[in-house]
Amino acid sequence: MIRSLLVRGMLVGLAAALLALVVAWIFGEPQVGHAIGFEEHQAALAGEPPEPELVSRSMQKTLGLATGIGLYGVALGGLFALAFAFAYGRIGSFGARATSALVALAGFTAVELAPFMKYPANPPSVGSPDTIGKRTALYFGLILISVLFAIAAVLIGRRLAPRLGNWNAALTAVGVFIALLGVAYLTMPTVQEVPKDFPAVVLWRFRLSSLGIQATLWTALGLLFGPLTERRLPHRSPATAATPITTA
Amino acid sequence: MAQTASPQSHSQPIPVRIPVRQLLPWAIFAAVLALLLIYFVGAEQGATSLIGGHYVHEFVHDGRHLLGFPCH
Repeated sequence: MIRSLLVRGMLVGLAAALLALVVAWIFGEPQVGHAIGFEEHQAALAGEPPEPELVSRSMQKTLGLATGIGLYGVALGGLFALAFAFAYGRIGSFGARATSALVALAGFTAVELAPFMKYPANPPSVGSPDTIGKRTALYFGLILISVLFAIAAVLIGRRLAPRLGNWNAALTAVGVFIALLGVAYLTMPTVQEVPKDFPAVVLWRFRLSSLGIQATLWTALGLLFGPLTERRLPHRSPATAATPITTA
Repeated sequence: MAQTASPQSHSQPIPVRIPVRQLLPWAIFAAVLALLLIYFVGAEQGATSLIGGHYVHEFVHDGRHLLGFPCH
């Protein structure tokens, strides 16, 4: 049961990664190219010799990119399947499709969007190599914090649901998540390492395409996983549980 | 007007929870593997390095930037 969910999650993750790869090729790669051009131009102005290429650019933007996004998609799909298996039947009476879409929405918000708004994606030549350790720790740290906040918000929402009703409990949970996240944003250090002459248009388009790649990945995951697993999941037919519903 | 819903008119199946005991071993196993994969795509030979050199970093370079991980 769990095994089949896990396998499906990883396959759906791979399919979602293929879609994300198309977005990455069309919208992301041109911006990476511009950023590398800027880097080489700056190095030439400073009179530095060009860096030797360990992996060629054509390899990086085809097989390298596909491998990176593909592995990320498979890993995310597996984790998504487990989160789904836990959420199914525990966040209300949502069916497989709705549960899958909601878990993906929460996952995208907590794992990608919330950390991105504080520590956005950076193209090559933005970010000093000296601070890579600190920036990596902050980024992964904020992902962890944001996921914990999301879990806390869901637990609070579930607790409040009988008293406030589902809609208001869900809104309260969202409010709690935003408030906690705001505190994290204000207390965590700001990273500002964009070189002075770096073109703003390239930075904006690069970050937008990065968000677009992640949004594509999570959307495909959330919308494909539900219909593909629906029939395998345990459920009671309403006939056994049906209580007479009377409407006045 | 009073009306009793028949099973046909209310055909939404009710989801049944998967027991945590059944979920946990898979969760631990898959989470470790998945996080390891994400580590190699997202961070190896950047801030930390398990394997020497820069080949892994350079190979997944574009994916790392575009997925939003700090690269270098």
